[in-house]
Amino acid sequence: MGHEMLNAWLYIGLFTLVAAALPAIAIFLAGLLSPRKPNPIKDATYECGVETVGPAWTQLRVQYYLFALAFLIFDVESVLLFPWAVAYQQLPLFAIVEAIIFLAILVGGLFYAWRKGALNWQ
Amino acid sequence: MTAFWQDPITFLRLWLEGLLLSWGVPASWVLVIRFAVGALLLATAALLLVILQLWLERKLIGRIQDRLGPNRVGPWGLLQPIADVLKIFTKEHITPAGADRVPFNLAPVLSVAAALMVWAVIPFSATVMGADLNVGILYLLAVGALGELAIILAGWGSNNKYALLGALRTVAQLISYSVPMTLSALVPVMFSGSLHLNVITQAQEVWFVVLAPVPALIFLTASVAEVGRAPFDLPEAESELVAGYSVEYSGLKFGFFYVAEFLKAFTVSLIFAVLFLGGWRGPGAEAYPVLGFVYLMLKSGAVYLLMILFRGTLPRFRIDQVMDLNWKVFTPLALILLMVIALADYFLRGTFPFVRVLGLLGINGLAYVVLDRLLSSRERLRRRPVAQPVRPVARPENLITSSDAGGQA
Repeated sequence: MGHEMLNAWLYIGLFTLVAAALPAIAIFLAGLLSPRKPNPIKDATYECGVETVGPAWTQLRVQYYLFALAFLIFDVESVLLFPWAVAYQQLPLFAIVEAIIFLAILVGGLFYAWRKGALNWQ
Repeated sequence: MTAFWQDPITFLRLWLEGLLLSWGVPASWVLVIRFAVGALLLATAALLLVILQLWLERKLIGRIQDRLGPNRVGPWGLLQPIADVLKIFTKEHITPAGADRVPFNLAPVLSVAAALMVWAVIPFSATVMGADLNVGILYLLAVGALGELAIILAGWGSNNKYALLGALRTVAQLISYSVPMTLSALVPVMFSGSLHLNVITQAQEVWFVVLAPVPALIFLTASVAEVGRAPFDLPEAESELVAGYSVEYSGLKFGFFYVAEFLKAFTVSLIFAVLFLGGWRGPGAEAYPVLGFVYLMLKSGAVYLLMILFRGTLPRFRIDQVMDLNWKVFTPLALILLMVIALADYFLRGTFPFVRVLGLLGINGLAYVVLDRLLSSRERLRRRPVAQPVRPVARPENLITSSDAGGQA
């Protein structure tokens, strides 16, 4: 079993290499084939013809942070639920109710965030 | 030894192994060579599939929009995507001034790699499967998230405000939709009791889409959003963000973002077919594994056609609608359905399969109707106006006299 698992990961490792190498080689070859005539106008940042003001790496709105935080909560939660889901068919009612309470707390949290307006895109 | 026409891929694999062993290659190296050849063939096949997809999608979208679609190059325009690939291959790669070169160049590669890597764990038939991971579904979700990383890299590396803004919006959308997607992916795990994709496939005596239609619907819609296709194609909303994160890319680097998009579209169709439509299961698929492959392709092809239909017929969402749909409809719906299904299936477990299927189907429908009423009575339907409700209206009496006061409609 352990050996087979290692083999599976070996395949994943090789596949990762292939999956990264195929597009990388293609881009490299295309780079050899394609013309290369840079000039300052061509290389300028494209903003539909308007000249760029200031650097592109500006401060960002806190909005994105709020959504990232909400995502993190629910993602970690679902990772915690996966082992429960795997064992679900053998679980007694008590364990299922426990998971339901866990989910209910999260639903409560979601509605709290909703009420607070954290889920409104502005 | 299996016959060739029964299971061609296993036949070829055994033949290759036998050949290598007879040449005196050590057994462990035979394994490595076999894996490498398998990975190379599968990845190449997946990339070649994109060429077919490009043609199919352009043709069908053309028909939906009352055009002919590609019809000049080759019969029925079949060679059009090949001509496009050749053209894009010879286009100049422009790197914008001040770009962060490492992320800028890494992004298109990573984008394609993330979509390809999913193929490593898909069970294509009863016998052919890349890697039967014991954490199959978690692997799918984890690798899927790599694509988001590629988008952030592209947006950050381009040194362009539109690209950065587009990338952030895209990632906000993608990570949001992965929440209901993950939650509804829990349902097949619950029913099959395993994270192995092959075990999940085998457990589907009754397709899980019948046992859990609403989670399946949520999964499908969330995966369309996850791929960033219409109607969720805000990432490439030309009218708002120029072209989003790919604005500074040209040549094949730009092309690979498109390849990744098409590849991801078929990949999520594959995942949906495996998780909810019974994967390779079908009449005769155990005895003739090649049939299983055909079934899987037919199923995922059907899902993919549905996605083309979405793209051709639905208007694009606005960003706040996209976020509202996710956080105020799908996420609560998925969470509550998970509880309802967990409880219902516990009581229906011991009963006849027929009763269980009908019971779960009924509970899904009931839960959907109740939740839809609850959610839509609140904020969902209260549209926030984006412009002044009273706009200047051109009327005969004010056409000449007033330019900005407008009509009092």
